[in-house]
Amino acid sequence: MSSVGSPLLRVDGQQKVTGEATYTMDHHTADPLHGWLVQSTVAKGRVTAVHADRALEHGGVVSVIDHTNAPRLADTDDLELAVLQGDRVRFRGQVVACVLAETPEAARHGAELVRVEYDEEAADVAFREAAATLRPDELDPDNDADTMQGDVEAALADAAHVVDQTYRTPFEHNNPMEPHATLAHWHGDPDSDEGHVLTVCTSTQSVHGVAASLARILGIDAGKIRVVASYVGGGFGSKGLPHCHDAVAVLAARTTGGRPVKLAVTRQQMFALTGYRTATIQRVRLGADQDGRLTAIDHRSLEQTSTSKQFVEESALVTRSMYAAGSRRTSHRVALLDVAVPSWMRAPGEMPGAYALESAMDELAVVLGIDPVELRIRNDTQTDPESGKPFSSRRLVECLRLGAERFGWSRRDARPGASRDGDWLVGLGMAAASYPANVFPGNRATVRALEPGRFVVEIGAVDIGTGAWTVLGQIAAAALGAEPDDVEMRIGDTSYPKASVAGGSSGTASWGTAITSAVAAFRKEHGDDPHPGDETTADAERSSDLEHYATHSYGAHFVEARVHRLTGEVRVPRMLGVFSAGRVVNPVTARSQFIGAMTMGLSAALLEESWRDPRYGHVVTQDLATYHVAAHADVRDLEAVWLDEDDFRVTPMGARGIGEIGIVGSPAAVANAVHHATGIRIRDLPITPDKLLARFDG
Amino acid sequence: MGARLQIEIGLTVDGAERRLLVDTRSTLLDALRDRLGVTSPKKGCDHGQCGSCTVLLDGRRHLTCLTLAAAADGREVVTAAGIGPDHGRGGLHPVQQAFLRHDALQCGYCTPGQVCSAVGMLAEAAAEEVTLDDAEIRERMSGNLCRCGAYVNILAALRDVARSEGTG
Amino acid sequence: MREFAYEAVTDPEGAVALVAADPDACFLAGGTNLVDHLKLGVASPRRVVDVSRLPLASIVAGDDGVRIGANARNSDVALHPRVQADLTVLSRALLAGASPQIRNQATTAGNLLQRTRCVYFQDVTTACNKRAPGSGCSAREGYGHHNAVLGGSESCVAVYPGDMAVALTALDATVVVLGPDGERRVPVEELHRLPGDRPDRDTTLAHGELIVGVEVPWLPDGSRSAYHKVRDRAAFAFALASVAGVLRLDGGAVTELRLAWGGVAHKPWRARQAEEALIGRPLDEASVHAAVDLELAAAAAGPANAYKLALLRNVTWLVLRDLAGEGAR
Repeated sequence: MSSVGSPLLRVDGQQKVTGEATYTMDHHTADPLHGWLVQSTVAKGRVTAVHADRALEHGGVVSVIDHTNAPRLADTDDLELAVLQGDRVRFRGQVVACVLAETPEAARHGAELVRVEYDEEAADVAFREAAATLRPDELDPDNDADTMQGDVEAALADAAHVVDQTYRTPFEHNNPMEPHATLAHWHGDPDSDEGHVLTVCTSTQSVHGVAASLARILGIDAGKIRVVASYVGGGFGSKGLPHCHDAVAVLAARTTGGRPVKLAVTRQQMFALTGYRTATIQRVRLGADQDGRLTAIDHRSLEQTSTSKQFVEESALVTRSMYAAGSRRTSHRVALLDVAVPSWMRAPGEMPGAYALESAMDELAVVLGIDPVELRIRNDTQTDPESGKPFSSRRLVECLRLGAERFGWSRRDARPGASRDGDWLVGLGMAAASYPANVFPGNRATVRALEPGRFVVEIGAVDIGTGAWTVLGQIAAAALGAEPDDVEMRIGDTSYPKASVAGGSSGTASWGTAITSAVAAFRKEHGDDPHPGDETTADAERSSDLEHYATHSYGAHFVEARVHRLTGEVRVPRMLGVFSAGRVVNPVTARSQFIGAMTMGLSAALLEESWRDPRYGHVVTQDLATYHVAAHADVRDLEAVWLDEDDFRVTPMGARGIGEIGIVGSPAAVANAVHHATGIRIRDLPITPDKLLARFDG
Repeated sequence: MGARLQIEIGLTVDGAERRLLVDTRSTLLDALRDRLGVTSPKKGCDHGQCGSCTVLLDGRRHLTCLTLAAAADGREVVTAAGIGPDHGRGGLHPVQQAFLRHDALQCGYCTPGQVCSAVGMLAEAAAEEVTLDDAEIRERMSGNLCRCGAYVNILAALRDVARSEGTG
Repeated sequence: MREFAYEAVTDPEGAVALVAADPDACFLAGGTNLVDHLKLGVASPRRVVDVSRLPLASIVAGDDGVRIGANARNSDVALHPRVQADLTVLSRALLAGASPQIRNQATTAGNLLQRTRCVYFQDVTTACNKRAPGSGCSAREGYGHHNAVLGGSESCVAVYPGDMAVALTALDATVVVLGPDGERRVPVEELHRLPGDRPDRDTTLAHGELIVGVEVPWLPDGSRSAYHKVRDRAAFAFALASVAGVLRLDGGAVTELRLAWGGVAHKPWRARQAEEALIGRPLDEASVHAAVDLELAAAAAGPANAYKLALLRNVTWLVLRDLAGEGAR
């Protein structure tokens, strides 16, 4: 009997379909003050005056906090979090004040009434290829900015066929449906010996991460901060790290004599304050022999980051382990700009990187006259090309073959533009995908016996929609030999043992390993017949195989695209993803994650673009009417399947991560299908009607 | 100016009569959430661009973020918390049950709005005597964005309900 | 959002008197555009006069046409049996607009009077002559994807975003307006205006004038109508461009033609030159393209919005071809 692998329905479903699940702003709190952020209207300079008088005259406004009167932080090294600590403005939209009021209406109007004067300086906000010259110290984290093996130039010169193209991806915003929000409440003196002195409810992917960051900037012990995130309305990376609003709320709540502060970031403010994916300009050069075997791969990514914080999108990373080739080079260069702070967005690096690489592979297939599926099979490798390590498991070829079979790939006419249905040009495209199987350190869990046969399992993990509430219960139940109903999971609170971020497709693997380890330790300590109240807390035992093997998940995407020959509209009636992700702990929630990520990939392929105005320095498509994400009508027959397998080298459950692989490669598959439909290669996302219309004949 | 900047209104919310004093600037969404503690409708964009705040207002699906509370005086609000039998006390609505069966949600934040919108859609289709095929459901649900990408499962759930109700 | 007084009125004359007397007053109907603007700071009235409960929601089909009350909801108009059956272009345009929820709350008058979605108009931290006269136009040299290609001016290149008004323009509808001095009738084509040097004025209505209804004549016998909207997202998106068409062919020649374009100008654009060029002639792709090009002779487009010219050419053909019953679908 094992609950791992069974299609258990989501345990928090009922709370969600009724709306009774409590997201941050749903928490009732007595006598709160409402905060509203005031943002800079210059991209660079100094604040010379904050005129709060008119705001303070407005009924209900209690205070206006700015850099002159905000409490001081102990550590201001992280410029994103060091809010209201000085007069320096580093990007347009930076927080320069916060209004506190008795009602949200008064707070909002108070923020409108605050007048800020600036000494404005010339700002550099436009991402230009020529300015991306800085070599980052390292990527995020522990990866070199550049790698090189063999002699790429010589191999390209000798290659029978070469593809040399440049691909562009736009700025993109995560846009989880729940805007970022924080509720902060100080209820004690940090110097006292009492327990928590600060309670923070915040919409985050990592409660312990927020506590650690706040502890650092506040200069207090993390144990004095309790961070709660019972329900989180999506994150997609944007809630992986605390952002400035968390710091503002905590600082503001320090000034209220103990009243809690509720601070919601508006949808528009999210475009400046809660992270985004940088635009990229990626040049990919592929050299191949007559048979389509790659002899050279060169992938160079140009990007931008902010002067406040240097996050680098590791776009060429995916190329380091995807295909064999004797000579290879990857590099990343960034421009430092006076702009909002970029951060993680679902498959940071792999998503834009695989768009470039897998588009180039499709171009190579066309040049060679080789089927694109076959080209990828020919270039498969069972040894990680750069590290030389064996893969813990690499079944990309099976994904490709199964996908081709299920999608009816063999019926595809290789000639672009050959298939038409009325005004619609029809094409089929595909792309491969990989994403690292991350197992993060720093996880522990507690197992406690209740009445016979029943247990509580605690870990400070967060369910951002992934199904963690459900899946962790299944893992715990399987390890305990219990039914899932007999295990009460407790997560989303720093009161529970330390857990790593719900990001990098690492959650189930990292937290599940900790739970499995804790159960083993619990059994060792308390046996098979524990007394009520017996409990054990243990650290995750990391698999030693993780050091000796390259660990990745794989996928293959197949897409049918229809392009209207008169309007340039693209519709995607069919999309199939086949994945190899180790053992699937819960096929219900896993499928939801796969298809969800594929949907986001489709959305990125066709719709998403944040347009930064180079004169102002901020994104002007800053709402959901002008930053389009896929709606119901955009998503038709979309399906995900996976190989039946396990990978015990990565985790004791045999599982690898699944949250991000679905967005890797899917935009390329759409672009490749559009090419097959029309013969037009769009090398900059998103693929919108204007770009296609400009390329149509006549 | 002698203006009334606050106004007393009455609402029926999930079967309960409520009276409250609201700032004329308050939206129905904020009045429900902040004044009445009815947090089932969610604020996703506050500008009518996402559908997370959808309720049934006098029986029709409606965005509470673009409705002034003052203008809703005397009207009946049904949220996802009270949409089931006996104002939600008697269990889940068939749409909610179908959402659970088909895992038509992930983070759950857009879900109450999706549920209310779906119930409104089914009523509209019945009134129009329209058959809800897949394309109709997708089009008619497009006012509710889901960033987790649960659309495929929401469609499956609503296809189920429409068939059992004879509208699909 | 500035504080304002809220007043719900019970008679149209009272509503007009209240707003006409107060330059800081405005009407509220469905709220889908005004409440949005209140939050953005784009609108900051001191008095909001709620006309949504005025008894102006009826839709009455008569011999000459249909009279649509100002408060009739978009969804109710779209699904009215006579509108669906006989005014296809209007029903289709309404159903192509916004989302079902918004169509349930937006009124006919409010839909007509919706303001541009130009990103700078909606962002009070940027220059915009429509929102803040004299501050400059950010759109001309900025985000230009949606900018007007017809009828723009130095001071404004915003587009009128609606769909319904485009259909009404092709239907030769008339707007019934109540002012302090009584009712007047305005052809819908004359309701919206080109920006010129006063882009702050969307329409020809005076402050305090209230739209109370719209009169839509039936189509001439033998005519058919259609609406085609192109958008990047498959639903819930404003038009990149749209075409409303009314067509009658007799013996293969065009005898009745009305064309209105959406998403390309500060107002729904009645393509009268294109109409004239096609009247009396057989309908084929080349002649439609030539007619559209005639209309577009005065167009001005940059790299970001030049696609709209191709769209107008292609979609006008698509609409007329399908109306003529030739087209493959």
